[in-house]
Amino acid sequence: MTQTMTPAAAPQTPPTTTPGKPPKSREGYYLRTPRWLYAVMAGGLVVVVIPFVWMVVSSFKPEAEVRSVPPTWWPETVTTENYQQLFTQLDFPTFFMNSTIVAVTVAAGNMVFCSMLGYALAKLHFPGKKLVFALVLGTLMIPGVVVFIPLFVLTTNLGLANSLPGMILPFLAGPFGVFLMRQYILALPDELIQAARVDGAGELRIFFSVILPLCGPAVATLGVLTFLTSWNNFLWPLVIATEESKYTLPVALALYAVGQNATKYGLLLAGSVVVVLPVLVVFLVLQRRIMQGIAMTGIK
Amino acid sequence: MTTTRAASAASKNAGTPARHVDPMRRQQAVAAWVLALPFMALFLVFTAGPVLASLGMSFTDIRSTDVQNPFSVEFLGLSNYTELLGDPLFRKVTFNTFLYLLLGVPFTMAVALAVAVGLNRIQRLKGFFRVGFYLPVVTSIVAVSVVWKFLLRDDGGLVNTMIGWFGVDGPAWLDSTSSALPTLVVMAVWRNFGTLMVIFLAALQTVPREIVEAAESDGATAWARFRYLTLPMLRPTLLFGAVITSIGYLQFFEEAYVMTKGGPLDSTRSITFFTFDQWGYGNYGYASAAAYLLFIAIMLLTALQFRLLREKD
Repeated sequence: MTQTMTPAAAPQTPPTTTPGKPPKSREGYYLRTPRWLYAVMAGGLVVVVIPFVWMVVSSFKPEAEVRSVPPTWWPETVTTENYQQLFTQLDFPTFFMNSTIVAVTVAAGNMVFCSMLGYALAKLHFPGKKLVFALVLGTLMIPGVVVFIPLFVLTTNLGLANSLPGMILPFLAGPFGVFLMRQYILALPDELIQAARVDGAGELRIFFSVILPLCGPAVATLGVLTFLTSWNNFLWPLVIATEESKYTLPVALALYAVGQNATKYGLLLAGSVVVVLPVLVVFLVLQRRIMQGIAMTGIK
Repeated sequence: MTTTRAASAASKNAGTPARHVDPMRRQQAVAAWVLALPFMALFLVFTAGPVLASLGMSFTDIRSTDVQNPFSVEFLGLSNYTELLGDPLFRKVTFNTFLYLLLGVPFTMAVALAVAVGLNRIQRLKGFFRVGFYLPVVTSIVAVSVVWKFLLRDDGGLVNTMIGWFGVDGPAWLDSTSSALPTLVVMAVWRNFGTLMVIFLAALQTVPREIVEAAESDGATAWARFRYLTLPMLRPTLLFGAVITSIGYLQFFEEAYVMTKGGPLDSTRSITFFTFDQWGYGNYGYASAAAYLLFIAIMLLTALQFRLLREKD
């Protein structure tokens, strides 16, 4: 069985640095970063972050102060009345729960189903493999607007309109996850699988006991990314949620923003904080993982 | 290129002793299809089916009221498509959609590239800056649209207050047919450039430092190094970035939905917005045809990318 482990006869990678090169040039002129560049980057960062700061600060102002001209930089009266209104008069607890249930389920489904197919595409030989992979890649470029009308008819006929399962099912296994998992599993050594086969493990057992435990980082990345995408998803929940009790946070916020609450800025900004803040926290805690995921599928 | 890799792996495996091949192969194939089953089932029902159904509907006069009795639906051939091409509103939203693309793509790429080049050059706080610039990407478009609508208010909005310091009297950005669409593009650039920035930065880090140093010691200016070394090396990445960004702008919708409701006078209404409206009116066939025209544009762009990338190799 070891014969498949053909020793890599490929030429050793050529030395990337010339041996005689003076080490001094590392610290030399090229690498010196001009001071002004830090100032420019910091300025850019301020511009990028200001809308978030302004959102949070304004959401703690009373409605009248929110609209004051000129604006106050810091709330003259700090109040939580906007948040109280969201969570007591409006049904934001329900929207928050709906968003959470949908995003967690979608993330879990993608983590399981995409790993399964990703492994099959990376390491197994089976008839139809090329076709399946082509379908996965092709699905990546299908815009939601092309499928939402038949999907609406379908979910209505299945009795799933205006329900959380109807919101979840179409997104339970996406092509992006399959692609990400395939790329990751491709890099795992074939010898692991061969050895498990020699030990008599069945093919499915190999996946669940040998491969999956090694996929922790990739599966976690996928989970975070699909959670974020689902949390922010808008068009489909907007189409399928017809009653307030099934709104997700973005749907509720958008409908308030274009409806009769359009001028209640304090309320809307507090709503934006509720939508954005959990995601920013998740992102800041797990940012390394997310960045890796983007780089992995973007460049590979 | 992935297919050739798979093919070569297959032929390598075919060289294993013949007595092992058949039962193992069958076991593998069975296992592979078991593993593929959940994804494929969901794919067939919720993606492949609707994609084909949408195409079919685009050739009919199906309306929301026909869903219960499909036999009243009539086949129309291409007349939905010809009607769309003559529909002044569809022409308008198509024009708007291409305007989003033509303004948004170069602007997003330029900002992303500039920030990536800057990040590639600094040493301290690199991770901090990268995370900061990426923040808008992870946030809900609906939520940031609400925030930007507030920032862009005519009187007392932060944007007009700040440019007022320089003696400029800012307009009501979202209320004029000439400024609303570009304003939405600016917001979309702010929201989206982070993705490209990360991709460009990763590509920049593969440019060999020795070559850049050699060019500098030969007297090449910073601009010349960027123009004649970095930029050509980034070409495939830039192309990839241009295509994914274009696909994004072609589907522009949420910003306009929240900030302008497509107005004023439909000046910010996009093809996706038009399709959504037609769905709301119950014109399923007409809406599907509009969606398919958009889909065709996206497929053409993707095909173009593959062709251009192949030429390079």
